[in-house]
Amino acid sequence: MTKITYREAVRAGLREALQSDPRVLLMGEDIGRYGGTYACSKGLLEEFGPERIRDTPLSENTFVGAGIGAALGGMKPIVEVMTVNFSLLALDQIVNNAATIRHMSGGQFNIPLVVRMATGAGRQVAAQHSHSFEGWYAHIPGIKVLTPATVTDAKGMLLSALKEPDPVFIFEHAYLYPMEGELDEQAFPVDISKAAVRRPGRDVSIITFGGSLWKALEAADRLATEGIDAEVIDLRVLRPLDAATILTSVRKTHRAVVVDEAWRTGSFAAEISAQIMEGAFYDLDGPVARVCSAEVPIPYPKHLEDAALPQPDTIVRAVRELLAR
Amino acid sequence: MLRIRRFEEKSAELYSLGKIRGFLHLYIGEEAVAAGALPAFTAEDAVVATYREHGHALVRGTPMGPLMAELYGKANGCARGRGGSMHFFDASRRFYGGLAIVGGGLPIAVGLALAQKLSTPSPSLDEGERQGRVTACFFGDGAVAEGEFHESLNLAALWKLPVLFLCENNFYAMGTALARHQSQTDIAFKAHAYAVPSAVVDGMDVLAVGEATRQAVNSVRQGSGPYLLEYRTYRFRAHSMYDAELYRTKEEVAKWKQRDPITTFETRLRELGWLTDADLQEMEDTIAAEIEDAVAFAEAGPWEPVEDLEKDVYTRT
Repeated sequence: MTKITYREAVRAGLREALQSDPRVLLMGEDIGRYGGTYACSKGLLEEFGPERIRDTPLSENTFVGAGIGAALGGMKPIVEVMTVNFSLLALDQIVNNAATIRHMSGGQFNIPLVVRMATGAGRQVAAQHSHSFEGWYAHIPGIKVLTPATVTDAKGMLLSALKEPDPVFIFEHAYLYPMEGELDEQAFPVDISKAAVRRPGRDVSIITFGGSLWKALEAADRLATEGIDAEVIDLRVLRPLDAATILTSVRKTHRAVVVDEAWRTGSFAAEISAQIMEGAFYDLDGPVARVCSAEVPIPYPKHLEDAALPQPDTIVRAVRELLAR
Repeated sequence: MLRIRRFEEKSAELYSLGKIRGFLHLYIGEEAVAAGALPAFTAEDAVVATYREHGHALVRGTPMGPLMAELYGKANGCARGRGGSMHFFDASRRFYGGLAIVGGGLPIAVGLALAQKLSTPSPSLDEGERQGRVTACFFGDGAVAEGEFHESLNLAALWKLPVLFLCENNFYAMGTALARHQSQTDIAFKAHAYAVPSAVVDGMDVLAVGEATRQAVNSVRQGSGPYLLEYRTYRFRAHSMYDAELYRTKEEVAKWKQRDPITTFETRLRELGWLTDADLQEMEDTIAAEIEDAVAFAEAGPWEPVEDLEKDVYTRT
């Protein structure tokens, strides 16, 4: 086990991908000379050259579309979109082409494309750089949606995504990049079809993903001091969703709290809640609870941003309410 | 040209009979573009087309049977019937659609050209061809209003990619005339803003289309970067089968019909003594037989089983 930051883990994954397959190329805004907005691709231009590390213009729809075309043409492009908010400019190519061409062509074409982007709030960068839209993307059949929360997943999911014949979207919570963790090389290749039980427990299932995982784990530690034994599930993959792991956990604990940094209305948390209702209704001792962001565009001042987001405090409170303690 | 025309006339007839549904965007009037342009490309080149792509698929070489079956929505269609009129695909001929979001094919063509530039060339090609695989990207005048048009020209020129932007300017974005949606109606001129060389071509003259396209393809194959051709053409039929054509006059359509690419070319060949009534009759008979076979192929085709509904959403299921 080596200690490494999340950012270094992503970079290690990118480097290994570039070294192992000449068809891999990186494209994105400021990934070359600048070194990547979050420094994930720092040094790669010097190491692999401008043919494979391509700075793109600020043309999200076109460079994501070019990634689709390059994948159709036999390359393995990894496209970086700086921030999830900017990826909305590429929705046409993502939804209308990346997700549909395989089905619409009767299986003749597949698109081995990997798109990475930063998501989430907590860095005081206000409403146009802080949102969490991975749940929206998880709505779309034809693409896969990954949310690595640990350093092992940050590197491993990227490498596993590159082995996929279909488009894979990786959402990296921006708050995690400086986080240090133990890289578990034994876990490689990581399985990108399963959720993970990050903390076993028997009283309540806290179901979450991405940046909220660490808040949920902190909440679980605090609850433990009060004698509440929480199980924490890291979804890891939002599409295709591993519902079995969720249902197994809920059948054991009989209570579920879903933590999702997106807004509550129409959130992925709503989907998880519905799946629990459909699959484990009679195992529940109470209604499924949700801890989501307040229904506001994320504000700039720290106290308001903190108040808008799920926090260990709010998770603890939701669990206590559910257990009527 | 005649093959495209007769195929589409039959498609329109089958549409009225209810055999074909959905949107059916006919190419009638614009045949000189596909027929003139596509022979300039080799089997190793890639082609990206729009929702008005019957002519492109036919000239590219996809047999008429699978195309007709696709219109029927049958499993023996060129996309297993999943796409219909707007979504012809043929991997064996590097035909990447059949894409029906206006402008959406341009970035994909840029990416295909990038892959062509970077990937290891097929060993079956000789040295000259290895250097020169290109991507043909067809789009209409409506696409010029999309951001993707501008972004794609910029990126292709910036990266010197071997892509030909082939604009089929039929002067109408569905029902909106070019002058109603563009402040600058000279499309070829716009390419200069991105340092992309361009030319305007008479899209009603198959020989002019052929000559201009060959020249442009040769230039792109040498590695000089992208090229834009604006074919000025005209659609004789409505935008789709639902279109009442309230946006243009009968006189305007009649005027363009005098420049019908098939009849004008026929007249020219007759004047040169290269075409006789008998030659023409022979062509008509051959095409009629081909269409009859294609309809029979489509009629006999099976429906995709409902159990396969969720097939090919992902490669592995």
